[in-house]
Amino acid sequence: MTAKKELLKVEGLKQYFPIKGGFFGRTVNHVKAVDDISFTVYEGETVSIVGESGCGKSTTGRAILRLDEPTEGVVSFEGKDLTELSRKEMRAMRKDLQIIFQDPYASINPRQIVSAVIEEAMDIQNAVPKKDRRKRIEDLLQTVGLQKFQADRYPHEFSGGQRQRIGIARALSVDPKLIICDEAVSALDVSIQAQVLNLLEELQEEFGLTYLFISHDLGVVRHISDRIIVMYLGKIVEIGDKHSLFDNPKHPYTKALLSAIPVPDPDHKKDRITLRGDVPSPINPPEGCRFHTRCPFATDKCKTDVPELRTVDIMKDGHQAACHYIEEIESGEHKAKDYSAEAIVGKGQEV
Amino acid sequence: MNSSENILEIRELRTSFFTDEGEVKAVDGVSFELPRGKTIGIVGESGSGKSITALSILNLLAKPGEIKGGEIRFKGENILTYSEKQMREIRGNDISMIFQEPMTSLNPVYTVGQQIMESIRIHQGLNKREAKLKAIEMLKLVGIPSPEKRVDQYPFELSGGMRQRVMIAIALSCNPDMLIADEPTTALDVTIQAQILDLIRELQNKLNMSVMMITHDLGVVAETCDYVAVMYAGQVVEFSDVRTLFKNPRHPYTVGLLNSLPRHDIEQEKLKPINGTVPSPHNMPKGCRFAPRCPFATELCRESLPELVADENNNQIRCWIYSDEWDGDPEVNVHDSEERTAKG
Amino acid sequence: MTKFIIRRLLQTIPVLLGVTILVFSLMHLIPGDPAQIIAGEAAPERQVEQIRERLGLNDPLHVQYGTFLGNVVTGDLGTSVRSSRPVADEIGARFWVTVELAVYSTILSVFMGLIAGIVSAVRHYTLTDVAIMVVALFGLSMPNFWLGLMLIQWFAIGNWIPESLQPFLQMRASGWGDDWRQVILPVITLGTAGAAIIARMTRSSMLEVISQDYIRTARAKGVKERVVVYQHALKNALIPVVTVVGLEFGALLGGTVLTETIFAINGMGRLTIDAIRQRDFPVVQGTVLVISVLFVMVNLLVDISYRFLNKRIDLN
Repeated sequence: MTAKKELLKVEGLKQYFPIKGGFFGRTVNHVKAVDDISFTVYEGETVSIVGESGCGKSTTGRAILRLDEPTEGVVSFEGKDLTELSRKEMRAMRKDLQIIFQDPYASINPRQIVSAVIEEAMDIQNAVPKKDRRKRIEDLLQTVGLQKFQADRYPHEFSGGQRQRIGIARALSVDPKLIICDEAVSALDVSIQAQVLNLLEELQEEFGLTYLFISHDLGVVRHISDRIIVMYLGKIVEIGDKHSLFDNPKHPYTKALLSAIPVPDPDHKKDRITLRGDVPSPINPPEGCRFHTRCPFATDKCKTDVPELRTVDIMKDGHQAACHYIEEIESGEHKAKDYSAEAIVGKGQEV
Repeated sequence: MNSSENILEIRELRTSFFTDEGEVKAVDGVSFELPRGKTIGIVGESGSGKSITALSILNLLAKPGEIKGGEIRFKGENILTYSEKQMREIRGNDISMIFQEPMTSLNPVYTVGQQIMESIRIHQGLNKREAKLKAIEMLKLVGIPSPEKRVDQYPFELSGGMRQRVMIAIALSCNPDMLIADEPTTALDVTIQAQILDLIRELQNKLNMSVMMITHDLGVVAETCDYVAVMYAGQVVEFSDVRTLFKNPRHPYTVGLLNSLPRHDIEQEKLKPINGTVPSPHNMPKGCRFAPRCPFATELCRESLPELVADENNNQIRCWIYSDEWDGDPEVNVHDSEERTAKG
Repeated sequence: MTKFIIRRLLQTIPVLLGVTILVFSLMHLIPGDPAQIIAGEAAPERQVEQIRERLGLNDPLHVQYGTFLGNVVTGDLGTSVRSSRPVADEIGARFWVTVELAVYSTILSVFMGLIAGIVSAVRHYTLTDVAIMVVALFGLSMPNFWLGLMLIQWFAIGNWIPESLQPFLQMRASGWGDDWRQVILPVITLGTAGAAIIARMTRSSMLEVISQDYIRTARAKGVKERVVVYQHALKNALIPVVTVVGLEFGALLGGTVLTETIFAINGMGRLTIDAIRQRDFPVVQGTVLVISVLFVMVNLLVDISYRFLNKRIDLN
């Protein structure tokens, strides 16, 4: 990557959802879905956010687009703070920022033919003159690997993979700079998923797109990303470029996550770090390091002190992890407690 | 292999759905066997018929589904000839099943304990008190903390991982000889998936069970199975032991599947997807079902359906390339990706 | 659970207060001077003034309401203008007749509705299902006064009545009596629409539940189909049905007005109609109040039984 230009910069983003309750429906607590995260996406790269359900990855994507108004923080796109914009200005801004969802069928109106679905996006942004639209729609369909004549078909006439292509065509129709892919290939079968992943890569090359890729699938993430953000319970626990992160993970959670994924190779040596219990509730997240309740390395310090993202000598290329004991774990002076027996049978943790 | 070594043998199973648009042959001549105490993986993408095969074994098909033919031999007996009453005695007792969605697979209006006890009381004739003790014991066995408390809770009070443990407790409460697990971890996060797979494996050893693992995840197969049947469009296209399947896959579909898979453990160049999409069940190709997507397909492939043929190691393949009739390049190498076209 | 019942009881207080305000306003929403209307147009001014005095219409509005509320709480619903008897007594004499009619009709609705709905769902897309649903549609679209009249026509007036059905005939003459058979026609009249609604509701609810994963789980355990349907499925399917039953009971109370009139039953519905006709406003107020309170109470019961069926809301 030459001359890195900041495209999207997220600073101190918080997204708290109120919980109503009690006699008069007062706000009794908050779900701290995203709790103070910061990161930067540079032009032309693919940054992925990974994590398990409830980690806040999708919420982050929605907050950036202000599909839910963020509670706090700055989201700058090309230097402009999106959270400061009026609704009208934001709508105009969405021309540059598009999103593709997991379920293409749910996000496409089933009563509209494909050309109408795509035209609607262009109409809202007034991106293409009316007379040129038909041609543009046909070009787009071909770009995403569909046929011209399919413009007049209804969504139910397409398979899941094809519908995702329609979703991509719709996003592309307004010439966006950044596309947020929220679990965009998760619902697809592997053979189709591979087609769509290749398509996304080709489009990125062709149109110089930037992707913010949200996924729980680390295989997909490794394949498509330049840099990766690992989230746990609303916090970033590790961030780094693909190679450092996958080959040299530093946060115990990242290590556990990677070791938990089954490898399609029967000779693969299993060196699994089994985590105890479930992810705690984001309503009352654990004090200190949020991962300490499941971490095999946790000490008393982890229960009280919140670790900041930091880098040590052995980490390169902007690789950072939020753990108090990166060096100690690396050198082996800090040993893991073995919870594997507990995690399988016996006393897992209270949920 | 004779039947005493196999807990389950399926021969030419055919299951169809009768819809307004005509007959849909969801399972069309499926055969495989499961040696006692072993784990077989049934892999395939959506529409391959893998789940329908599993439901057919327990005859749990919902209308308009119907088993049209074939044999399902469980411990040597063809259970397709069994009456509904005989089948009920097998379900949950000799063969148990767990499902994909732990969130919806438990009845929301009954407690966890009631749901485990039901199975125990039906098949073991225990009284309420004994059944409850057994239910608590089962919860302990599947690693649920404070089982005495959990037994009286409702499913909505448990997380997805915990609910799947409860499902396993129900399934194993009557010491079944065989467990059918239909995508048991697909809806779960990976760290929880790891726990559940470990649990199934450990209990399998402890209780000496045979397991049929239905999944779309080749990683899960590699990790948990001894044998694999790859299904495509209602048929088994390849069957072999797990090592052979991953080290030397022979069917072009199996090869394509492995090449499509983005890996987290190794660096890959571009993925090599399979062209096109699964054929519509209303409009199956007349030859090999995979021919329209197969980069090696010839006239023969498009015209006639190959048989599932076993070699001396009982590795089975349904592909013309490995037959004497093959009319294409005799030197063809299914692993040679250059012959494949990249774009769908 | 106890906590929920107490909270739910407390929540009915504002509702009941609202009801009293509405009922109180009845008197004042009538265009013109209520005293004059009660007395009749030709009544002399002195008599109108007397009525005004007796009803306390000269006091400021909030004082009037205060007095009204105080009286209601102590069980004093005022005095009938026509019969000069306490309204509470007038209603008391007829209350149980209407409650009985409504309860029997509800039981009929629920019983018929559930059975028809379940059978329809279990045999969906068969001839049985279609037949039941067609009948239900008829039941739903038939106005109950018309159904009542037709039933009288067929059973009571027709000359072909067999001996055994004779008691139906007498009913018209004597009204609500001691013979249980006299209950049958009014109950059918009143309960048919509800049965049809409940049948349709049960069917769709059952169909939805039967396709759920946990039903498959139950079958996979080796549970008998009968148990699957009547325990696993029905208990879930009942949840939305219970809500409908509560609302149906309200509609039914409204329906008693016409049914009681048609069958000459001396219940609250008929009392209301007569009172309206005779401009006996204290009685109208009384009946509306009692029926409203009844409705609120039934829905309270529905909420509580709902809670029993669906443990999930317990958490909130």
